[in-house]
Amino acid sequence: MAIPLAYNLRNLTVRKTTTFMTALGIALTVAVLVAVLALVNGLSSAFEASGEPLNILVMRKGSNAELNGGMSRAVFQDLTALPGIARAADGHPLASLELITIVNIPSTEDENGANLTVRGLTTVGLELRPRVKLAEGRWFQAGKREVVVGKSVAKRHSNLGLGKKIRFAKGEWDIVGILDAGRGSENSEILLDLNQSASDYNRMDGLSSARLRATDSVAAEALMRSISEDRRFNSNAQTELDYMTSQTSNAAPIKIMGIFVAIIMAVGSSFAAMNTMYAAVARRAREVGTLRVLGFSRGSILTSFFLESLLLSAIGGALGCLLVLPLNNVTTGMMTFTTFSEIAFNFRVGPQAMAIGVGFAMIMGAIGGVFPARNAAKKEILVALRDQ
Amino acid sequence: MLRYVPLMLKNTLRNRRRSVLTIFSIGASLCLLGLMFALYRGLFLAPARPGQELRLVTHHKVSMTQPMPYSYAAKIRQVPGVAGVMTWQWFGGTYKDARDRNNFFARFCAEPAEFFKVHTDIDMPEDQRRAFLQLRTGAIVSDDLAERMHWKLGERIFVIGDIFPVSLELKLVGIFHDANTSETLYFNREYLRELLGPNSARADTVGAFQIQAESADAVARVAKTIDTMFENSTAPTKSESEQAFTLQFISFLGNVKMYLMVICGAVTFTILLVSANTMAMSVRERTREVGILKTLGYSPGSILFMVLGEAGVISMIGGAMGVGMAAGLTGLLRNAPSFIQQMKTLTITPDVAALCVGLAIAIGVLSSLIPAWNAARMPILVSLRSSG
Repeated sequence: MAIPLAYNLRNLTVRKTTTFMTALGIALTVAVLVAVLALVNGLSSAFEASGEPLNILVMRKGSNAELNGGMSRAVFQDLTALPGIARAADGHPLASLELITIVNIPSTEDENGANLTVRGLTTVGLELRPRVKLAEGRWFQAGKREVVVGKSVAKRHSNLGLGKKIRFAKGEWDIVGILDAGRGSENSEILLDLNQSASDYNRMDGLSSARLRATDSVAAEALMRSISEDRRFNSNAQTELDYMTSQTSNAAPIKIMGIFVAIIMAVGSSFAAMNTMYAAVARRAREVGTLRVLGFSRGSILTSFFLESLLLSAIGGALGCLLVLPLNNVTTGMMTFTTFSEIAFNFRVGPQAMAIGVGFAMIMGAIGGVFPARNAAKKEILVALRDQ
Repeated sequence: MLRYVPLMLKNTLRNRRRSVLTIFSIGASLCLLGLMFALYRGLFLAPARPGQELRLVTHHKVSMTQPMPYSYAAKIRQVPGVAGVMTWQWFGGTYKDARDRNNFFARFCAEPAEFFKVHTDIDMPEDQRRAFLQLRTGAIVSDDLAERMHWKLGERIFVIGDIFPVSLELKLVGIFHDANTSETLYFNREYLRELLGPNSARADTVGAFQIQAESADAVARVAKTIDTMFENSTAPTKSESEQAFTLQFISFLGNVKMYLMVICGAVTFTILLVSANTMAMSVRERTREVGILKTLGYSPGSILFMVLGEAGVISMIGGAMGVGMAAGLTGLLRNAPSFIQQMKTLTITPDVAALCVGLAIAIGVLSSLIPAWNAARMPILVSLRSSG
């Protein structure tokens, strides 16, 4: 017969200082892990949100990022003639030629300044990105020195608000609008007219990439295959979604470091939990004897103490998640090696990260609880009862 | 006070299991703290390493992805205090299959003669130096890369370009050892120019220059002179010491300083909790004994001292153990693959070790203040009556 869980709960509340301190130790460990997971989740969700499954990204063969990609106007013209590309209502193909450069602007967080992606595109480029909406102001006009900045850019850099000026390439540009891309990476970019930026950077023909919208997923497959296999194009095609998800690997060093730290901290917390549980067993020796006299088996004593340890660590895990919760939706920035520029994203403390955190805590509890529980179960009734 | 030391040690051994568990717990935390301190020191506090202190990097002010005219090299060479100027052009590209991360290593082109002027501290046989100077398609690699790839002299290395639309067919002519370089290949800039052809706009642009200064005090002056010289040109520059330059890559990961501090804070607090918990348990168990000691004439002060001392001893042993483990772990980390150069020389220096153990003792003593104070103040009759 099992000992009711209420017994364990009551025991934990009786020794509330010890319980709280042990749980808090576990909580801090869990907090570190969940915070790192939230960071990585936030980054990958920002990238995933920026990829449309039907958009196909085409760049020169061999390049794995738009920044060092390549696309000439002639190749782009040939690409737009391919079958399978969706068309807008007025008949023009949904194909966008783009130029990616970087601008370095002063930042309060980093003395080296922050690098931002500058994306030159045409109105078709905006049609290919339905998630990108204008939040304030208006869009840039072709042929004018005007830019629209992402909302994260405007928020993180006070000198890049609406109506301000920004200096790069051959001169100053007016910020005429602020865009909102939902969770997409365009929030961290500066958008402007393709031809204006191409002439400023002397890259009239050496552009970065092309985006094509396929009519459906079958056409997308066929389109990608025909582009990649056609030697005339010397280009490689992949879905925008695949390209974006592959950038999540930028967070790998942080993830590895975070997990490494969490594991070492967990070793320490397991020993602490073990200590607490041994003390609990020692203090309740007589109770254990009494329980045995009442007819509870060794097995149920073992289970009871083990469950108590799990309960203790679960409290710690929940507390740890609670500690991290204020981080949710806090905006942070990170540079990526593929874009050499900053991407702003929000921490995402999702249910999955929290479940991993609580699970991690319970592993600590299990390791810390198994030996003390065995110790309690092995006690001889008479010895236990005689204990003061 | 010293005569209490044997009693203090006896008390430590009284509940051996608890002491050992506490020591392990504190040890694990201190191990982590030691690693974090060592990392922080290595990244932000360590002086430039020999061979590195005279070297500067000059790149485009916006980012190292923006090109500068090659003609800058001649102008920089004229700056007083400059001993050598070498093109430091990132080639990138793909070796074998880019999807396998094992195929990734740094690939730069440089002028061989200048390379030896700028990298005066490398270790390389004379005949291999000559071969690199003479063979246009020659390449040299750092010894760690040669070892990992199992390359021998004469190896053919094929790299497909991405930033540059050409493919390299290189022959390995030299393997060098340099404490400041890891997993890097250098090849002849002339070879790249030849492949690009006379009409390529890229042939005469450069991503970065490495500069060797004549003396350590010239470094800052040279950097300033160069940046002023190009301030109002189409490609303004930023010159910085090689050490500062490598730190930029770390800032890609976000605010690393803050990450390290948050982790250190969490770990320190965990140690405080574990130690406080242990001492509280230990004192509670001995309430009666304290009463007896007082009856025998021990002053509250000496009891306070004994409890504090016991905590200090436990956390000191834990701290020493942690530092030992951290030293072992840094050995493993040094050999782990990493893009952060500073990881290759991560060590627990004596000052870090001393700081850790000192911090451990301080935390131990601090955490036991409340239980020790309570024990010292408890009236004799109350403590004698206790059944604990």
